[in-house]
Amino acid sequence: MFARRAFSSAFRAATRASTVRPTPTARFLTPFQARLLSDEVRSAIDKAVASAPVVLFMKGTPETPQCGFSRASIQILGMQGVDPEKFTAFNVLEDQELRQGIKEYSEWPTIPQLYVEKEFVGGCDILMTMHQDGSLAKMLEEKGVVVPAEGGQQAP
Amino acid sequence: MTLVLSRRSPRLAQAHITDALKPTTLHIFNDSHKHAHHQAMQGVTSRETHFRVFITSSAFQGKMQLARHRMVNSLMKDELAKEGGIHALQLTTRTPEEEESRKQKEAVQA
Repeated sequence: MFARRAFSSAFRAATRASTVRPTPTARFLTPFQARLLSDEVRSAIDKAVASAPVVLFMKGTPETPQCGFSRASIQILGMQGVDPEKFTAFNVLEDQELRQGIKEYSEWPTIPQLYVEKEFVGGCDILMTMHQDGSLAKMLEEKGVVVPAEGGQQAP
Repeated sequence: MTLVLSRRSPRLAQAHITDALKPTTLHIFNDSHKHAHHQAMQGVTSRETHFRVFITSSAFQGKMQLARHRMVNSLMKDELAKEGGIHALQLTTRTPEEEESRKQKEAVQA
């Protein structure tokens, strides 16, 4: 049942192009096997990670985060002036497969998780540390994903 | 070697981190009560779900934050993966040098 369930709308939105392949029947999976990342979920996450230069896997939406750490991460990205055009957020609460899958995919046990140009950056603590020591601003600037400053002024 | 954080005893977690990282500073705070009313915690009876950990260790020398966090996460792997286990783990990972320079900065500001 679980393995057959289609991706929920939010996750599918970024992975619509993926071809649907038959999934193995759940009853043949032992609990151990069931925890391994299936090819389907992995390729769907590959597409999600590549769907924008800056991708945040979070609980809730940027407008209404459902977790303090996700909220803090969104606020940091906002303060950094990340270009909304170059940013996508995935709500893991809308998709159980994504919620579990992303942890194995990144080999990272918690959510939120930030990717920049398909590279895993870290979770909320790392974002906060990088925000404070200036390395996040530098990295986002180098990747060209922040809103350009107007007339030499610092973007808000 | 498998290192597991016990559900009941943050002291055990302390022992595991101490064994693996030989920290010069280790503070473990259990913040679970602050999050007990959150929606994600409904039905969870464990009061060991949210931890905040400050670790200073020379084992972090020459490693990026990401690698440092991965080191600590791997020590708590099983508890983090377990249903009703650790839900959130806030980490501050510094080398003794970084801690020293931070202390000096704070002393100047004070």
